Amino acid sequence: MTRIACLPVTLAFAALVALTSISGAYAADAVPTEKDPVAAERAVKLGEKLRCLVCQNQTIGESNAELAVDLRRQVREQIAAGKTDADIIDYMVKRYGDFVLYQPPVKATTLLLWGGPGLLLLIGAFTLFRIVRARRRVADDLPLTAEERERAARLLAGEPGNNIK
Amino acid sequence: MVNKKLFIPLGIFIVLVGFLFVGLFLNPREVPSPLIGKPAPMFSLAQLHAPGKTLGTPDMKGQVWLLNVWASWCVSCREEHPLLVELSKARVVPIIGLNYKDEPAAGMKWLQQNGDPYNLSVVDRDGAVGIDFGVYGVPETFLIDKTGTIRYKQIGPITVEALEKKIMPLVRELQKS
Repeated sequence: MTRIACLPVTLAFAALVALTSISGAYAADAVPTEKDPVAAERAVKLGEKLRCLVCQNQTIGESNAELAVDLRRQVREQIAAGKTDADIIDYMVKRYGDFVLYQPPVKATTLLLWGGPGLLLLIGAFTLFRIVRARRRVADDLPLTAEERERAARLLAGEPGNNIK
Repeated sequence: MVNKKLFIPLGIFIVLVGFLFVGLFLNPREVPSPLIGKPAPMFSLAQLHAPGKTLGTPDMKGQVWLLNVWASWCVSCREEHPLLVELSKARVVPIIGLNYKDEPAAGMKWLQQNGDPYNLSVVDRDGAVGIDFGVYGVPETFLIDKTGTIRYKQIGPITVEALEKKIMPLVRELQKS
């Protein structure tokens, strides 16, 4: 039963993995190969770090929106002009803000974003710890009735006629 | 006695609904521009109707002005265009058009058909100036003050509401200073 229920999930996951790898392949295709393979590699890497502002859930490497094409050209031109990766990222952030970065920087305004999952994990762990401890106390505190004591003794002695088969 | 702990999930649920409700009214397409409060990027571009002449940021120093990014291929530009034409008739604030990634001939034809609200339009053929202004969709409109600082950015078409509540009050205030 559980296995059958899991099947669609597994299939969906497999499809997702397949799709992701396809879009990864496109990212490499979208940037025309240049004479300088190192520069081409850098352009692809940078393209994966920058968000396309038109189709917001794609990088400029993946997107074929006109803006993404223009920004890729900008990246290549600046690499050719001898700019460092940090220079180029800074150039984009100055114009489009932190949103252009696919990985948001850690700063005061993004603290909740970065720390949130960890914070939730801590809250969860703390809650779990308290529930488990409370339960153990209940189990320890409850005295056994005479009948239960007798049954426990019988079980421990391994007498036949108990519930264990 | 009612167990108070039972209300914790309800509390979390209400907070979550609150967040989602606010989220309904946010527009993820509106990315706040880091250029607000910063000097407008320098440019000097050929004029649409007089390709021999240029116009740039320095030429507008000392004036409060609007820079409207438009193109003949842009559908939402048609939405705001009548409003811009009205605004230009009032002659309260100069409007400079940035003809973005467009054929100059197509741009001029479009202005002929729809009316030309611009004091001047300049041609940004390859969109390089657009990138400097952080343009990622057309139309976009920038309000630039006398010192050449960007004070406001309208992403998408100008609406009557944005014009009356944000742009015009800011224009009047900046013109006084």
